[in-house]
Amino acid sequence: MSAAQWRRAMNGGLAAAAARPRPASPPVAGPVAEDPYAHSDAPTWLKYLWRTLSARHVFIAGLVLLLPFVATPFLTFQVAAQALIFGLIALSLSFLAGYGGMVSLAQLTVAGIAGYAVAVLGSSGTETSLGWPWWVVLPFALIIATLCATLIGWLSVRTDGIYTIMITLAIGVAFYYLVLQNYTVFNGFQGFQKVYPPLVLGINWRDPMPFYFLALFWAMAGYFFIKWLVRTPFGIALQGIRDNPRRMNSLGFSVIAHRVAAYAVAGVLASVGGILLVWYNGLITPGSVGTGWMINVLVIAVLGGMKHPIGAFLGAAVFILLQTFAIDVIDRERFNLVIGGVFLAIVLFSPDGLLGLWAKLRSRFGPNQVLTSSPPNRRQP
Amino acid sequence: MMSKGQRLATWLLVGGPIAVFSVWALADNPRLYLVTLLNSLTLASLYFIVASGFTLVFGLMRNVNLAHGSLYLLGGYVGYVVARETGWWIIALAAGFLAAALAGLLIQVLILRRMQGEDLRQTMVTIGLSIVIADILLWIFTGQVYQMEAPEWLQGPIRGIPLIKAYSAYRLSLLGFGIAIGLFLWWLLNRTRVGTMIRAGVDDRAMLAAAGVNVNLVFAVTFMLGAGLAGFGGVIGAVELSMVPGEDTRLLLASLIVVIVGGMGSVVGAAIGAAILGLAETYGLAYAPTYSVVFTFVILIVVLAFRPRGIMGRPA
Repeated sequence: MSAAQWRRAMNGGLAAAAARPRPASPPVAGPVAEDPYAHSDAPTWLKYLWRTLSARHVFIAGLVLLLPFVATPFLTFQVAAQALIFGLIALSLSFLAGYGGMVSLAQLTVAGIAGYAVAVLGSSGTETSLGWPWWVVLPFALIIATLCATLIGWLSVRTDGIYTIMITLAIGVAFYYLVLQNYTVFNGFQGFQKVYPPLVLGINWRDPMPFYFLALFWAMAGYFFIKWLVRTPFGIALQGIRDNPRRMNSLGFSVIAHRVAAYAVAGVLASVGGILLVWYNGLITPGSVGTGWMINVLVIAVLGGMKHPIGAFLGAAVFILLQTFAIDVIDRERFNLVIGGVFLAIVLFSPDGLLGLWAKLRSRFGPNQVLTSSPPNRRQP
Repeated sequence: MMSKGQRLATWLLVGGPIAVFSVWALADNPRLYLVTLLNSLTLASLYFIVASGFTLVFGLMRNVNLAHGSLYLLGGYVGYVVARETGWWIIALAAGFLAAALAGLLIQVLILRRMQGEDLRQTMVTIGLSIVIADILLWIFTGQVYQMEAPEWLQGPIRGIPLIKAYSAYRLSLLGFGIAIGLFLWWLLNRTRVGTMIRAGVDDRAMLAAAGVNVNLVFAVTFMLGAGLAGFGGVIGAVELSMVPGEDTRLLLASLIVVIVGGMGSVVGAAIGAAILGLAETYGLAYAPTYSVVFTFVILIVVLAFRPRGIMGRPA
C-alpha cells in the first residue's frame, strides 16, 4: 500500500468530521453599515425589521402573496400549493437532519398517519369513517401523529447515526404494508376517497386560492417556527448534540431527551403537512405513504439543502416543477430516472444541495470576493 | 450481560407463548402447522441469502447499501434472460450472481470509494442508485410479472413425507441453498486469508491498512460478494416468488429487518434474524392474515427496545 493510500485511509475519519453540517451560520445579512432608524423613536419591532429585512425578503414575500392573483388556478393549486405542502413535510426532515443530525425517512409516514387519522375519524366516501366534526378530528389527528412520531423517535434514537435511516425506513415500509393489508380500519388498497377540507367561515377551502393561502400560512408558520426554534437554548443544545453527543452528555444535557423532543417537534410539522396533503389530494391510499414518496421527501430535502430551513421549500419547488413540466419533455414513465439522476448529481457534486450550489456561486461571482488571501473583515474600503 | 435469572425469564416470556401456540396448532391441524414451518424456513433461507450480503457489506464498510433490493431484482432479471436463452438454470444462477457482483463492483469503485468515511452521503447515493436502477429495469422489462420455471430435476412435489404427504422439491432445495451459503460464508470468513482480512477490517479498518493490507481491494471484493449474494438470491427468488417492480423494496425491507433484529455486520445474526422474520411472516399469514405485518413490526420494536444493536450485535 502506498503512502498516499495510507494517508487517505487514515484521513477518512477527519474527512467525515469535516463533511458534517456545521452549526447554523448567522443569516447572511447584507452589509448594513448605517442604521438610519437607530436614533429615531420608532418602535423596537420596526427597528428590528429594518435591520433584518433585505430586498430579497420583500421580493419573496411579494412573490408568494401575489402569485395566486396572477397565476392560473392550475399553477396556484397543483404546483404552488403542492410545493408548499411537501416543503413543510421536507422541512420537518431537514430540521431533524440538518440541526439534529438524524436522517429520518419516516417523516412522510408521520404525515400519512395524520392523513389517515383525518380520513378515519372524519368523513369520507368510505362507510368506515367515523364522521366526527372537523374541530374534533384535527386535534386528534395532530395528537395521534405527534405521539407516533415521538414513538418512532424513541425507537430510533436508541441507536444512532447510520442506523437511524435503516430503522425509520423499516418503520415506514412496515406502515405501508399495514395500511395495505388491513381492511377493517385502513380500508386496504382502496384507502379513503373524498376527504375534503371542511366548510369554515363559508369559504370552500378546496378552491385554489383559499387552499393556497391555507398552505402558505402553515408553511410560513413552520418556517418561522423552525428559524426561531434553532436559536432557542433547546435548538442550540440540539446542534451541540449533533456535533458531539458525548461532550454534551458530560455537560449534563440529556442526549436522548433532546433527540426525542426533536422528533416530536418535527412530528408536529409533518402532521400539519399530512393533513394538508390529504386535503390536497382529496384521498389517501397506501400509495401515498409508500417508499416512493418517503424517498421523494428525502430527495426534496437534500435537493434544496439541509443547512437552512428555506432549503426544504426550494427543493420542493424544484421537485414539483420538474414533476409537472418534465413530462412535457420526456416520457412520463421516465420521471423517476430524471429525479433519481438529479438526486445522484446533487449528492455527488453538491452535498449541501441547491443552497450549497448558490453559496458556491456567490463566493465565486458575487460582490463579496472572499477568494483573495486577505480575511474578509480586513477588507479595504 | 444478563444474569442467569434474567435470561431464564426472557426464554420463558418469549418461548412460553410460542410453545403454547405450537401445542395448540399441532393438536388442531398438524399438517398446516408443519407445512407452515417448512414454508417459513424456506422463506427464511431466501431472506438469509439476500441479507447476508447486506450485513457483510455493512459490517466491513459501515455502508448501508439501500440499493441492495435493486441488485436483487437485477440478478433475478438477468437470470431469467439467461435461463430463457440457454435453458440451464445453473448458468442462470451464475449469471445472476455475476451481474449483480459486477454492478456492485462498479458502484463501489466508481462512486462509493470517492466518499469513504462519509456514511450518510454513501447511503444517500445508494438511495439515488436504487431509484435509477429500479427505473431502468422497469424501462427494459416493463411492469410485467415474470415467473421463472424451476429446473426439471426440482420440479414437482416430493411425496411420501409423513404427516405432510407432499412438499415442493424446489422449496425444499431452498433450505439446502441457504445452509450451503451459510457454510460457505462461515468457511470463507473463518478459514481463509480473505476472510481473516474481512474480519480484521470489521474490527479496525485503520489498523488493517497500517498492517499493509490493501484495504481498497478487500472493500471491493466484499462489496462484490455482498452484491453477488443479492443477485444469487434474485435468481432463486425469481422462481419462488416472482419478478415484478416492487419486489426490490420488499426484499430490501426484509434485509433491513433481518439485520436490525439479528445484529448488523454479523452473519450468524443474519441467520437468526432471517429465521425469526421467516417464521413470523409465514405463521402470521397462515394464522392471522391481516396482521402478519404487525407481528414483524412488534418483533422489531421489542428487539430494538431491549437490544438496540440486535440480537447478535456488538457495540460499535
